[in-house]
Amino acid sequence: MKALLSGNEAVARGAWEGGVHVGCAYPGTPSTEIMEALSQYPEVYTEWSVNEKVSLEVASGASFAGARAMVAMKHVGLNVAADPLFSLSYIGATGGLVIVTCDDPGMHSSQNEQDNRHYARSAKVPLLEPSDSQEAKEFTRLAFEISEEFDTPVMVRLTTRISHSKSIVELGERKEVPVKEYVKDVKKRVILPAHARERHGFVEERMERLRKYAEEFPYNRIEEGDPELGIIADSVAYMYAKEVFPEASFLKLSMVWPFPRELVRRFASKVKKIIVVEENDPFIEEQVRLLGIEVTGKDKIPLVGELNPTRVAVCLGVKKEEELPKPELPHIPKRPPALCPGCPHTGVFNVIRKLKLIATGDIGCYTLGTLPPLNAMDTCVEMGASIGNAFGMQLVMKDDKLRKKVVAVIGDSTFFHSGITGLINLYYNRGITTVIILDNRTTAMTGHQDHPGTGKTAKGEKGREVDLVKLIKGIGIEHVYVVNPYDLKELTEVIKREIEREEPSVIIPRAPCVLLRRGEKFTPMRVIEDKCTGCRVCLKVGCPAISMRGDKARIDPFLCTGCTLCQQTCPFGAIEFVEEK
Amino acid sequence: MTKSIVICGVGGQGILVASDILSLAAMYSGFDAKKSEVHGMSQRGGDVISTVRYGEKVYSPLIGEGMADIILGFEKLEVLRNLSLLKPDGKVIVTDFRLDPLPVACGLDEYPDDVIGWIKKNVSDVHVVDAVKVAVELGNIRVTNVVMLGALSGHIPEIKKEAWEQAIRERVPQKYVDLNLTAFERGCNIS
Ligand SMILES: Cc1ncc(C[n+]2csc(CCOP(=O)(O)OP(=O)(O)O)c2C)c(N)n1
Repeated sequence: MKALLSGNEAVARGAWEGGVHVGCAYPGTPSTEIMEALSQYPEVYTEWSVNEKVSLEVASGASFAGARAMVAMKHVGLNVAADPLFSLSYIGATGGLVIVTCDDPGMHSSQNEQDNRHYARSAKVPLLEPSDSQEAKEFTRLAFEISEEFDTPVMVRLTTRISHSKSIVELGERKEVPVKEYVKDVKKRVILPAHARERHGFVEERMERLRKYAEEFPYNRIEEGDPELGIIADSVAYMYAKEVFPEASFLKLSMVWPFPRELVRRFASKVKKIIVVEENDPFIEEQVRLLGIEVTGKDKIPLVGELNPTRVAVCLGVKKEEELPKPELPHIPKRPPALCPGCPHTGVFNVIRKLKLIATGDIGCYTLGTLPPLNAMDTCVEMGASIGNAFGMQLVMKDDKLRKKVVAVIGDSTFFHSGITGLINLYYNRGITTVIILDNRTTAMTGHQDHPGTGKTAKGEKGREVDLVKLIKGIGIEHVYVVNPYDLKELTEVIKREIEREEPSVIIPRAPCVLLRRGEKFTPMRVIEDKCTGCRVCLKVGCPAISMRGDKARIDPFLCTGCTLCQQTCPFGAIEFVEEK
Repeated sequence: MTKSIVICGVGGQGILVASDILSLAAMYSGFDAKKSEVHGMSQRGGDVISTVRYGEKVYSPLIGEGMADIILGFEKLEVLRNLSLLKPDGKVIVTDFRLDPLPVACGLDEYPDDVIGWIKKNVSDVHVVDAVKVAVELGNIRVTNVVMLGALSGHIPEIKKEAWEQAIRERVPQKYVDLNLTAFERGCNIS
């Protein structure tokens, strides 16, 4: 049977067909739908773990106990999970252990363009790279077999264009694989230095065996064409190159690490000139150069940003820049994403802006509080950074007034992911930071996944709910306040009071993400035209439902949720609820 | 020959559902089909684009500058934004609908005048269809996307009628199937 699947859905399907027992993930674009799809299969245990490190630890535990297990994460997630990854390379796998990483060339929704092929190399594990959904399914299934045969975790790397492109897949059936019996093996699984020294020898020898496997791997294939030009390409770059050079000879690399050097030598001997087409870093290119083979690569192909067929054609001189369409256009305003009408984060950023606070930020929908008209965030580094950043800034700020303007702003899911450790550090080291945890009862940014604070599992079942207030009080922090994020007066008072305190405090503005309330019937607000002076103060709220029509403000009744933030802001009392009919 | 179609508009307009239906319909018509889309940040009211390609054998799911045969626009400014993707002899099908980006709504930027005029200045084959009006007549502005697919269907006869119907049935929730089939039908007769 054929189906049109995204790369992510295909990975889940491949894992299921390959008999996976356990799937763990922390959400992150572009990887999120892998675990969402896998949790639809009743044979498989799936969970949203609190972060990527824990997800890999749970999955490797399942592997120790003989089960097939998979984790999926976005590229930066592997930074969080890097510590277990490097150890697990030495420990190997009992049940098949597969790590799926989704890189994001072009940074459609990420903070960097890191290339996770480097992880395979430095952690010394094999890496498979599908170039469409059919391969995504096949390679994931195969990855479990490679993992068990070679006693190694196996990485599968997708990119945004593989994860979020759909193409036709031939579906297969599930092959049930029994969970192996647990056998204690401390020399393998307790990486004391004495054990690890031995295991390192094993790893080097394993990688050599895997290289030979890569040389014969049928998906690393030579496609004979014009001997004048040979192209080496992986992932979706292979597809772009096929569009641009239909006649050329190709070496399509699907198992990129360990690097199949003999195969590359063989290919090089058949063609006159070689171009390596790859996104991100010159990973393949450098390996080819190490063999003493001259290639064209990143000298022509951009290091920055995502490729597409046109970009490949232009940078390699197949098409001239001048031949591209250059439409004559007026100024086109940008359309940046924005906090939704009725978003519970909006009010908090209004108060932060009004009080002129310095807000160290974090990652989530609320990072949009950085943009105009809110302009209410000063920093954003990686998940969990806000709390440590705020503490560090305060450490060195001599001016007491300035120091007390610093607050940390973090989402609920992000707090569970990696904010807790920062908060404990702050408490222990005598910090005084005010931390604002925006508790919208979900992981909104990535499409509303549950987390420990919601107490629901990835399968939609009842789990156990972690009580944020109790958790924080348990650390020893005494000042913890849950507030209504739609009440600007209350928010302002509490924040003003807490930043003055010579002790740490946590403020929790709590209300569900407005997108979780879709079924509700909202009573919208309207502008009383006679009272509106056209002062535009309401536009500064940062609500997409408000705009100017002529010299009066107008509220879109279809977008408005009646959250009243604009009403509380209007200096002229010109906003009221539409009367219910 | 591979056909390349860009669907563009604003987050929340049903662009991803529309491109799903189009690529499924292409698959049911016997073609190889691929589509690309982007999730995440872009869905919070930002601009959204999805590309669909079908033919005998399709390699790239993505469409670069000068590759698109057709741009199907759910919001007119977004057509302008993506116009460089169109082939010199390409075609635009657009609904005359304006949604202000937040910077415009806040008075920090301006929405250009006569957007349709600007499109026509650059493209000779432009079809302006009032899909939003039809959707509102049908009682649900959210079916604008399927009305637009109906309007597109006359321009790509290689995708068969039954394939469209099968794709719509598969991709929209059960209780909205009839509404969407009607919306598609109305779209077919629009141009
Ligand atoms: C290490 C890492 N993992 C995952 C992500 C993807 N990601 C970005 S923000 C976010 C969660 C945001 O949830 P929350 O903190 O509750 O804020 P909300 O979006 O609900 O406002 C996730 C999963 C990431 N950027 N980095």
